[in-house]
Amino acid sequence: MVAEAPTRKEALLSGSNLERVLRAGHFAVTAELGPPQSAEADVIREKAEYLKGTCDAVNITDNQTAIVRMSSIGAGTLVLAAGLEPVIQMTCRDRNRLAIQADLLGAYALGMNNLLCLSGDHQRFGNHPTAKNVYDIDSVQLIQMVAEMRDEKVFQCGDAFDGQEPRFFVGAAAAPFADPVEYRPYRLAKKVAAGADFFQTQLIYDVPAFAGYMEKVRELGLHEKSFILAGVGPLKSPGMARYMVNNVPGLLVPDELIERMTEAGAEWAGKSKDELTPEDKKARAAAWKAEGIQICIELIEQIREIEGVAGVHIMAIEWEEAVRPIVEGANLLPRPTFEEASA
Amino acid sequence: MIVGEQKPLDEIKGLIGDAENVLVMGCGTCVTVCFAGGAREAATVATSLRMSTKLDGAPKQITEATVQRQCEWEYLEEVSAAVEGADAVVSLGCGVGVQAIAEKFTDAWVVPGLNTSFMGIPVEQGVWEERCAACGECVLGITAGICPIARCSKSLLNGPCGGSEDGHCEVDPETPCAWQLIHDRLNHMDRLEVLMNPQPPKNWKASRDGGPRRIVRDDLRRAAEQEE
Repeated sequence: MVAEAPTRKEALLSGSNLERVLRAGHFAVTAELGPPQSAEADVIREKAEYLKGTCDAVNITDNQTAIVRMSSIGAGTLVLAAGLEPVIQMTCRDRNRLAIQADLLGAYALGMNNLLCLSGDHQRFGNHPTAKNVYDIDSVQLIQMVAEMRDEKVFQCGDAFDGQEPRFFVGAAAAPFADPVEYRPYRLAKKVAAGADFFQTQLIYDVPAFAGYMEKVRELGLHEKSFILAGVGPLKSPGMARYMVNNVPGLLVPDELIERMTEAGAEWAGKSKDELTPEDKKARAAAWKAEGIQICIELIEQIREIEGVAGVHIMAIEWEEAVRPIVEGANLLPRPTFEEASA
Repeated sequence: MIVGEQKPLDEIKGLIGDAENVLVMGCGTCVTVCFAGGAREAATVATSLRMSTKLDGAPKQITEATVQRQCEWEYLEEVSAAVEGADAVVSLGCGVGVQAIAEKFTDAWVVPGLNTSFMGIPVEQGVWEERCAACGECVLGITAGICPIARCSKSLLNGPCGGSEDGHCEVDPETPCAWQLIHDRLNHMDRLEVLMNPQPPKNWKASRDGGPRRIVRDDLRRAAEQEE
């Protein structure tokens, strides 16, 4: 049923560090860095410092949740300078095919060679809900466009490059539990057919459900044609877990994990806000966070056992300092390095 | 049909400004069917304007008229005298009607009494939903007769995105996810394979993005010339 996609696991396509780690068969680790809602470069440098040495590449979000932030490519330049490899994110919400291609030429020229292709959160959710969206192309078409820029050396219009073509390691998102659930493995197949080299999934908390999805993915042979990184993230509090279950489509958090988070704060339970001293609140937050990190480590250990999972993508949103203890706890340090510098 | 919604009375009054003789003009086609700008609504708006301007202490001369189709010049002939005698015309037609009046009557000051909303369908009494975005290159043949351009919040050609839940779009829980509908209908027709291959980027040139659109039918033009 699915168009035959070339096996993308053989030749080095982009030469990025992330691609090398995956091709060498290491269990890859990517993390996430959210740019600030300002032009403050030091925020990026500080976050990059937390993440340095903990991961093989770091995603830099593109106006995440439709809130205006420093651009992914702009922040990526700072991340590169800090000695980390960025994964540029590009949504179809804010740019048409001209702007996307132009920005990607610039990004590649600046030394960025990983790209995550997304349709983008609808602007209704962000801080400019009266904006006009673009959606000239969608995420599948974006994947196809950048894969063809690299492999066929042509722009989307078919014109050939006069000079260096951008050679990105092409990533895509996967939402294993979003509706319609039965279509999700086929949607992954469609993105592989379009040219996706690697995937980063939505946050996984329900490991058995994810294992079921991966079984279908293996049946379709998609793990042989692309690298699948499972999305994980530390819970900050039981409230955050409940919020995500109720508000984020396609996110499953088992009750057992919410109970563990609640239990971690049991010492302070049953007290009203006024009864808790600032020290109490601090101690409770620390206890929750420690449990969140511990759960995340266990999730990585369980997910690692699933055949076809090539790595993890750690999303510690506005909590970049959590990445090191997670990666350390999951025995994924030190990260592999390669003799020659990446292209 | 074209579906519209009446502007608030205060906004209409603002658009009329200090015009003394005002003609409220309804349209007998789409906006009549969606209860926004037909003869009945024209009468209501005219009455409301009369009462409201009277209460304001500056009563205006309000008249009303309704034509079968505001969007064709020949139907506007019958109201020429009324339009030319008015200081302002409040059109309760769609945006096409407003412009047809402005184009036909160079000296008429015409203002819209409606917001033209979309091309759609009544799904139940008092509820209309968008169905067509007039993109100029119909894709319904590959999407099981359900338009993702008009009905998906991101106009995706390779949907669904990850944002729908229980069959509803993340943008609005009242809006069905177009791609869930497409998926379910293709499944029902045993044609799910249509969803497996990437659809290429759309040619938006045929849409508004190519500039204002125009259709020329030479066969019809020639026939008209022969008649003359």
